[in-house]
Parts: sequence; C-alpha cells; structure tokens
Amino acid sequence: MDTDMRSSMQRLIQFFMRCITITFVVLFLVLPLYVILSEATGEGMSVFFRAVTHQETLQALTLTICTLFIILPLNILFGIAAAWTLTKYEFRGKSVLSALIDLPFSVPPVIAGFILILFLGRHGTLGFLLEKLDTQIIFAAPAVIVATLFVTFPFVARELVPLMQEQGVDEEQAAVSLGASAFQTFFHVTLPNIKWALFYGIILSTARAMGEFGAVSVVSGHIRGKTITLPLHIEILYNEYNFTAAFAVSSLLVTLAMSTLVVKEIVYWRSGKKQTRPTGGFLESPETPDL
Amino acid sequence: MIRQIKQKHFLPGFGIGLGFTLSYLSLLVLIPLSILAVKSLSLDWTVYRSLLIDPRTYAAIKLTFLSSLVAAGINLVFGFIVAWTLVRLPFPGSRLIDALIDLPFALPTAVSGIALTSLYVRTGLLGRYLEPYGVQAAFAPLGVIIALTFIGLPFVVRTLQPALQDIDKEYEEAAISLGASPFRVFASVIFPSIRPAMLTGFSLAFARALGEYGSVVFISGNMPMKTEIVSLLIVGKMERFDYEGATALAAITLLASFLILLAINLTQWHYSRKVQQTG
Amino acid sequence: MPFVRLISLCLFLLFLSGCFSYSGKDTAVEILNVSYDPTREFYREYNAWFEKKAFERTGKHVRILQSHGASGKQARFVIDGLEAHVVTLALAYDIDAIAQKSGSLSKDWQTRLPFASAPYTSTIVFLVRKGNPRNIQDWNDLIKPGVQVITPSPMTSGGARWNYLAAWGYAWLISLEKRGVILSAITEDERRQADEDAFSFVSALFRNVPVLDSGARAATTTFARRGIGDALVTWENEALLAMKSLPGKALEIITPSISILTEPVVAKVDEVTARRQTDALAQSYLEMLYSPEGQAMAARHHFRPRHMEFVNAEDKNQFPDLHLFTLEELFTDWQTAHKNHFSETGSFNKIYQSLYSLENQ
Repeated sequence: MDTDMRSSMQRLIQFFMRCITITFVVLFLVLPLYVILSEATGEGMSVFFRAVTHQETLQALTLTICTLFIILPLNILFGIAAAWTLTKYEFRGKSVLSALIDLPFSVPPVIAGFILILFLGRHGTLGFLLEKLDTQIIFAAPAVIVATLFVTFPFVARELVPLMQEQGVDEEQAAVSLGASAFQTFFHVTLPNIKWALFYGIILSTARAMGEFGAVSVVSGHIRGKTITLPLHIEILYNEYNFTAAFAVSSLLVTLAMSTLVVKEIVYWRSGKKQTRPTGGFLESPETPDL
Repeated sequence: MIRQIKQKHFLPGFGIGLGFTLSYLSLLVLIPLSILAVKSLSLDWTVYRSLLIDPRTYAAIKLTFLSSLVAAGINLVFGFIVAWTLVRLPFPGSRLIDALIDLPFALPTAVSGIALTSLYVRTGLLGRYLEPYGVQAAFAPLGVIIALTFIGLPFVVRTLQPALQDIDKEYEEAAISLGASPFRVFASVIFPSIRPAMLTGFSLAFARALGEYGSVVFISGNMPMKTEIVSLLIVGKMERFDYEGATALAAITLLASFLILLAINLTQWHYSRKVQQTG
Repeated sequence: MPFVRLISLCLFLLFLSGCFSYSGKDTAVEILNVSYDPTREFYREYNAWFEKKAFERTGKHVRILQSHGASGKQARFVIDGLEAHVVTLALAYDIDAIAQKSGSLSKDWQTRLPFASAPYTSTIVFLVRKGNPRNIQDWNDLIKPGVQVITPSPMTSGGARWNYLAAWGYAWLISLEKRGVILSAITEDERRQADEDAFSFVSALFRNVPVLDSGARAATTTFARRGIGDALVTWENEALLAMKSLPGKALEIITPSISILTEPVVAKVDEVTARRQTDALAQSYLEMLYSPEGQAMAARHHFRPRHMEFVNAEDKNQFPDLHLFTLEELFTDWQTAHKNHFSETGSFNKIYQSLYSLENQ
C-alpha cells in the first residue's frame, strides 16, 4: 500500500516535471526559434538560399569560423589549467582567483569592447607600441579574436570546476602514488572523468563565440567584407530592411548550434558502451533506456 | 603572495597550472580591467556624485539589478527542473530539447531581442493573449525579465547537467529505502551535492544578465526612469563622447557585480570546507 | 591514448589554419569610408560608380571599403584608431570630436569643401498610416491626447537628436510668432519664455511616446512592421526609403510646416591619407559628391541635393517646400545644444523626471 502510494506519487512528480520542462522550453526556446524560422522562410526557400549563399554571408561565415578555430584550443587549454589549479590544490587566495575567472562574465560585452580599445586602441596603453610596429589590432580581424576570447574566457573553466571539486583528488593521488607522471595522471585519470563537463564547456564557448555581438561590434570597425562576422552581418541586413535575409542568416547560426547535437550523439556513441548508469534512483523512470 | 598553504596532496603540476592560469588571466582580463580601474580612479569624484544623485541613473541601476535577480531566480528553479528532466527523465524528444538549450547562446543577442519582441508585442503570437488581461510584456519591465531569462537559461542548465550526471545514487536509494519522502530526499541528499553547481549557474546567469544589452534594447522600449537599463546609459554616454561618465558608470556596475560574484564564490567555498570538515 | 593525441593534433592544426586564413594580401588601393547608418544604399551605388570612374581615369584599381553604424559610435571608432580615409557622418559635432580628440584632421575641416562640407541635406518629417486616420498635419497634432508617436532614444541615436531639436525648434518659433517677436531682435527674457514654451511642448510630445528604440531603423521597424504608434518622426531620406523598401506597409509621408535642416557632413582624415598616400584620391572622392552625377545620385537616394538643377523632375518632386531652420540659427552650435538638451542636466532628462513624478502622484 505504502509503496504503491509512493510510486504513484513519484510518477505524478515525474509527470509534472516533464510538463514544466516542455512548457518552459516551448515558451522560451521553441517559440522564438519558430519566429526566426518562419521569418527566414516567409518569402520562400529560394530567397532563403540566396541569402545564405550570398558572397557577404560567406565572407562573414569564414571570419566567424576562423575565429572559432583559434579561440577553442586556447579556451580548452586555459580552462583545464584553471580548473585543475582551483580544484586539486589548497592555496591562499583561491576564492579570489575563482572570482577573477568569472570576471569577464560580469563585464557587459559593450564595456569589454570599450576596455579593449582602452588597452589596444590608438590612444590606449599599448597603442604607441602597435603604431611603431605598424600593426593594427583594434578595428581589424585580430580584434575580433581578442574580443571573442574575452567573452568566452570563463566557459570551460566554469563547467569543469564544480565537477572536479566534487570528484576530489583521490583518484589522481592514487595514480601518482603508483608512479604516474602529471600528464599521465591527467590523460588517464582526470580527463575521462571530466570529459562531459569539458564537452559542455566547448559547446558553450562555440555557441557564444558564434553569436557574440556586443564586444565584437565595438572593436571590429564594421568594415564590409573584412571585419564583419555573422552577427554583424545579420545586423546590417536587418538595418537594410532585408528582414528575410537577416533571419535566414540567423537560422544558419541556429543550425550551427544545433549541430552540436550531432557531435554529442557521436561522442555518446563512441563512449556509450563504457558508461553504464544505475537505474531506479529517485524520480528516475525505470523504463528509460540508457542515453 | 599566492602559495600553497599546505601540501594537502602531493599532486604534481601546481606550479605550471597556476603559472599558466595567472599569466593568461592577466594578459586577457586583469591588465585590461586594471586599465579601466586606473582610469576610473583618476576621475574627479564629482563625476560619481552627479551620477549617484541622478534619479534616472538610480532607476536604471535598480531595474537592472532587480530584473537580473528575478531572471536568475526563474532560471535557477526552471533550469533545475529542465536539467533534471534531461538527465533523469528522458522522453522521446528530450534530446532535441537538450540541443535547443544552447540556442540563446548561439543567437546574436539582437536576434533574440527581435524574436522575443515579435512574440510579446501586443500584436504578437503571445502578446495578443496577454493583452486582454492587461499584461504588457514588451516595452515594460516584464519584457526585460523575459529577455534576461532567455539569455541566462543555458548557464544554469549546462552547469547543472554534468553535476546531476555525476551524483552518486547510492545515498538517494538508501534514503528512499529508509522511507524518506521525495522532497526530503531532494532537500537532504540531492541539494547538498549539487549546491556548488547551482550557485555557479545562478551567479553566471545573474552576472550575464547584469551586462546584457543587445536583446534588452529591443524589448524594453528604453523609457527613461521606467525601462532603461544601465548598459543603455553607458552606451548612450559613449555615443555622446562622455567618456568620463561612461567609465564611472561602467566601474560602478563592474564593482557591484564583482562583489556579488565574490560573495557567491565565498559562500561556495565556505560550504565545501564545511563538507570537508564534517565529512 | 591515441584518441586524445589525435584530438590534440587536430586542435593544433585548426589553430594554425585559423591563423593562416587571416594573412591575405591585396593589390588594389583601398580607401575606407566611415559613415553613419542611413547612407548605406547611397554609398553602395556611389562607391561602385567612383571605383569605375577612378579606374577609367588612372588605370588603377581602387576599392572603397565601407563601414556603417551610429554616427557617434563611428566617430569614436575613428578617434580610437579606425583607419578611415574619409568620414561621412550625420552631424558636424561628430567630426569636430574627431578633430579635437585625435587631431588627425585640422579643426577648420568644415571650410574645405563647399556648403560647409555638407554635399547633401535632409529634414525631419513624419510617417503615418495610409489615409492618415489621425489627421496628423503638423507638429502640434503630435501632442494631441491619444496619439502615439514613435521616435528613437536621443541617448543612443543621432537621428533622434535631430528629431528632438526639430520639435523644440518648431515650438520655439511658434512661441515667438504668437508673441510677435522677431528672432534677430530677441531679448534674454523672450528667449527664456520661448524656452519654457518649447519645454512644455516637447514634454507633451514625449508623453505620447510609448517606446524609444535604440536606433532610427529600429524605430522604423517598430512603427511599420509591428504596427505600433500613429506617427513616426524620422529623417526625410529615411521616410522615403522606408516607403520604397517596405512596400505593402501602407504608409504616407507628412511634411510639417516648419522643420530643421539636417546637414550630414563629409571630411578627409588627413593624417591617414598622408600616411597611406591616398590624399588626392580621397579628396576627389569627396569632391565628386558635388558633381552632377553625385548630386543626382544623392537625390535618387532621397537626400536633398545642394544643386537641384542636376536632378531630374521625378526625383525633385520628393522634396516639398517647407520652412527650414538650421541648427546654428536656433541652438548656436552642437556643443551648446548638447549641454542644454542631452546632458545629465539637459532638458531631455528633466522632461522624463517630471513625467515620472507626475505619474507617481
């Protein structure tokens, strides 16, 4: 009797949680997506394809993807180093360091761009040096990279820290005491444990880097065909009353973001057999297969 | 000086890890930010005074902080439910939802703003159902909250997901078998283990909301004293070459949000230390 | 761990490929024109024409690079080092700021080209719904109760500042007219009286504004696409463009009796053109704006040309006659206008504070 009641209550809660999830997601994610897609295809698919394959769109896409290729490796490297330092050791000033890593989050993107100009601009701190070298960073492609690095700075580290903190150091310690080197320990013990968080961090950085507008807008100089990224290109199209094309290019970004789904499935599939998960826990539906 | 207090574990790599972290952090974040700090400190204090007594600035600061707080709160509650459902209660189509979560990130904020405005304006898909009840979403503070909730959602969900995946279910099962109610299990078993992730997610969503500009300017209507956010004032000052005012206002906002982040981080470390001591 | 090594290698290769893709080289002479938002369509045509013209004349390939954005923001970019060879901005105030803060062009820039360096002009008009259901004919129809007016925020939009000053100037001139005061012989007291009248007029106008968008084009979109508001206050060139670009939106242009003459200005950034050896090219780029072709092209893109004689009859008809006052006549100069109207203690801020306290009583 008691177990019956409990299991029916459990089922009820599960039902409600799913309902809330679906409602929330529909309200906040599906409907805006619907608006974008319906606007993008409102004038027929040929208009859509013409907008997506337009030369300026392709130039913007190239710049966005090149930026991505440069920032991802740097973000991964930094994220792992920072998370490792923060979670595996005890030292003074740790919470300050942790807060410092979050700092770029709290900097409004527009201000981030402003700060970069103060730093690297013509009247900036390093301005005289750059002028002497005749290199331009601000208002040229490198500025897009630096600005994107700044806004995506904490993502990987932030995803890794909570998880690595929870996992503690016991496994690594065991590995080290068995004579493994630091790198061996990392690759064989730590990395397998954190790969999902790392993966989410990469997804977040990718998505954010592709969609970043505010900071890039301030430092790019908006030179057509040279320093226009996809989001800037969308703004241009929208401001030229070319709504269909603007939303068509936006939906391109949506597609890129959704393609992480495919990547995720592949990674799951590759590592799926090793991951077995106990079922039957709290609020877990017993009939669900493993992901 | 930062140094290891006690070699709690004899794990190698502390030097290189900390060194790399610090130098990268300095190069990209600390040095640029300290330039802002220096600039803002060298300003005449009358610049700050005129900002702080300006009712319009005050109204903007109040709106920005309150709506960010509300949006982060909404995200914490619903983000937890979404993350839990995705991790523990998958159903047909839940993977699609999983992929959708990153949408607010990948979309340029302006596009999000435009899409949300189309939805909530009184002729829009949702706005037309709200209007008969006298609820104005677009061009009102509610619109600001909606936009901030939208852009903050992935932070909470994506931070909670790995933590939920990693929960050890033994305690949960033990608690259930001992007859604890689901809420009890949540409060005393699940919540403590995902608290760091929840705090992180909340603070990220909150911090992100504080600085948001692109999406909010479309949906808020930018009415002075009512729906103007701080970022808009900063941008406005910059457009009128009022660098001093912009720097001062940026410094105030940054300081406030940094203090909040620091407080949240301190809470997190306080808890984790307590857990280590008792456990 | 071959898998990990493979991934690391891939990442490294991606990084390299990303780096390399940035280092492209080009042989054409390049000129960067940093402009404000509403000139996109005009300069697209003008640049193509000029590139062809320059090639015919010199045999050299010239490429005009183009950058658009809010006028004040663009000026700030140039101050901070954006390598503009020429600037073509919405207000003289913005180019003044470049001259003062960066020194990359001399302070007398405005005297170097005819018509105070403004080759084309425009004014502020209204856009209303087809058939003009609210019967809006002039500025005083905008302050009627129940009429909703759309204008961008003067905080972020240069165009909105022109709108604001146009409304202010209208009320100011009407106030003088009612009292029979002549502008050239105005006393301090009469000026103060006119300022008060204008303040209450603009307050009443902004009481009818339900939303302040961040830019001129965003405001047009709010009005035309979202169907909000009864009248949109905007540049004449923007209104005409919106009529053309947004067909099926059923809009009409209403020209008020009095409005401001908006003078977008152009200038060569000497420091950059000297360094890049593009001085002559940049100079002719600007001078050609005054040529018959340039003037006709400006008219085709809805700017009022300085030389109406180069314009065909059809384009001429877009520009009805009205009483146009200049900024200098009523507001002395931009510096003063900014201080009196758009600073922390300016009239715009005061209007909203009084509106707010009225509402909360």
